[in-house]
Amino acid sequence: MRIQLNGEPFELDDGASIADLIARLDLSGRRLAVELNLEIVPRSQHAATILSDGDRVEVVHAIGGG
Amino acid sequence: MHPVPSDKPFTVAGRTFQSRLLVGTGKYKDFDETRAAIEASGAEIVTVAVRRTNLGQNPGEPNLLDVISPERYTILPNTAGCYDAAEAVRTCRLARELLDGHNLVKLEVLADQKTLFPNVIETLKAAEVLIKDGFDVMVYTSDDPIIARELAQMGCAAVMPLAGLIGTGLGICNPYNLRIILEESTVPVLVDAGVGTASDATIAMELGCEAVLMNSAIAHAQHPVMMAQAMKYAIEAGRLAYLAGRMPKKLYASASSPLDGMIR
Repeated sequence: MRIQLNGEPFELDDGASIADLIARLDLSGRRLAVELNLEIVPRSQHAATILSDGDRVEVVHAIGGG
Repeated sequence: MHPVPSDKPFTVAGRTFQSRLLVGTGKYKDFDETRAAIEASGAEIVTVAVRRTNLGQNPGEPNLLDVISPERYTILPNTAGCYDAAEAVRTCRLARELLDGHNLVKLEVLADQKTLFPNVIETLKAAEVLIKDGFDVMVYTSDDPIIARELAQMGCAAVMPLAGLIGTGLGICNPYNLRIILEESTVPVLVDAGVGTASDATIAMELGCEAVLMNSAIAHAQHPVMMAQAMKYAIEAGRLAYLAGRMPKKLYASASSPLDGMIR
């Protein structure tokens, strides 16, 4: 399936969860937040949330700012 | 000796702090400089921005929150770069998830890239949604006393008027508006933006601000760590001067040395 990840197309195996996506990105255990189709997905639900073709996913973190 | 009156800690949204200096984490050369400057500033509240993670690029690189840890500092995520209420609300919700439910945010909705002036109409809309959603909102705004009053009445945890445009270092451009905002404030008022050097921070505190938030004045100094320390003292000096109460200004001289016993 193909999702939109941080605004870019991204290929992922069918049935992958958000936890799978984060592992695939080598970001497991990092301080980040995930939004799926404009809704926050709490960390506790990453493993149980299965992605679908066309989903829009945002993965964000903290950077320097004032 | 007269006893020195003691100060209360700075309180915002039910949280108390010893330091009245809040600092940003942007514009530093690297994380080492960020860490050293923030330590030198003595700040306990530190702002961060929320951005898309760079994917596939150096997944092992350190994360800002590993350097400025939420266990040690109160992290104040901002909505910098947001130009409408919906974007700002979305950013705050992501920040709350990022910080495990931490609900203190700095709301800023900008109007224009050249001035980075706040869009107060969108700011009011966003503040309303965020407060309903359980956020403690510290809000960046213009130095318009009527908007500041409205934001406070709405339930914002702190009102943070600009003293000058973001990143300009022009100092306290309109102390009279700040005085009006301070006179009628029902929530803590902080100067956010415009401070360029230590004396600006002192003036903000002498006016009666509860605290000052700054980033560029430290990060863009020739020696950021030294300036961070200067700001720490400037804030303390301004606060003490405010509590001490300055002497009235007079047009004509008044001798400090007694005239009695002069050698004639």
